Amino acid sequence: MASTACFIIVSRNDIPIYEAEVGSAPKEEAAHQHQFILHAALDIVQDLAWTTSAMFLKAVERFNDLVVSVYVTAGHTRLMLLHDSRNEDGIKSFFQEVHELYIKILLNPLYLSGSRITSSHFDTKVRALARKYL
Amino acid sequence: MAPLAPKTGDPLFANVERVNAELFTLTYGAIVRQLLADLEEVEEVNKQLDLMGYNIGVRLIDEFLAKSNVSRCVDFKETADIIAKVGFKMFLGVTATVTNWNAEGTTCSLVLEDNPLVDFVELPDTCQGLHYCNILSGVLRGALEMVSMKTEITWVRDMLHGDDAYELQAKLVKQVPEEYPYKDDD
Repeated sequence: MASTACFIIVSRNDIPIYEAEVGSAPKEEAAHQHQFILHAALDIVQDLAWTTSAMFLKAVERFNDLVVSVYVTAGHTRLMLLHDSRNEDGIKSFFQEVHELYIKILLNPLYLSGSRITSSHFDTKVRALARKYL
Repeated sequence: MAPLAPKTGDPLFANVERVNAELFTLTYGAIVRQLLADLEEVEEVNKQLDLMGYNIGVRLIDEFLAKSNVSRCVDFKETADIIAKVGFKMFLGVTATVTNWNAEGTTCSLVLEDNPLVDFVELPDTCQGLHYCNILSGVLRGALEMVSMKTEITWVRDMLHGDDAYELQAKLVKQVPEEYPYKDDD
């Protein structure tokens, strides 16, 4: 089942600290477009995040047939996913598991909060989770 | 009658005061992080951790001997066993295994399967030469020096560098005889 998906983690200062194309059929121009769409959605996320106390904000924006879903953590770090599937529970579980991985990265004393996540271990795990839930 | 010296550290571990493991791990992590920020050179940080460990070790040995009631060790082999089973258990809550004895019985390896100091830690690319647990080598060196054994402790295997366990090599350089601080003739 070909599904395009682009996942980024944006810190509280609006700096992307992690990016991954997790779809099974990414095309070159589409990749740039995906990142652009996700960045454009940041403003909407900003407003929406203050209106609800839930962490999972469902679909915040639509673009053609692609949907942007966002999960906001307690430290105002945004996990954003651009996808075309409709499996909301799967996406919610995906976000929760990535959140746990992110917490483990945060607990690393040698990790500067807000800097890029360069751990290949984290990268492999996120891609595996994406294949499992998306 | 004095209580018998324990063969394992479990009863001791149950009696000493304990602190939350995550607090301990995160505090140690903060120390290493601050040292990296202040000293910037990985080698310097390694040396400083060793020095800090040495200072801890010279004081820790007294507490260890007071609480654990072990009798005088006959040789280095027994010393290594006591450190691995009683010492590590009492202070870190993990037991080490002693392996790799050389022919004269002066060098051995202490292998730690898990290490509470390094939970959640991953070394970034800029600090690849860092011996994160170097404080442990300093502690052992300091403690053994206070009981008249000069040793050299080095890291053989380190999980943060990709190996499967933590291995410390303890080499007994010499047994220093007890020196009295004053002369009898004066």
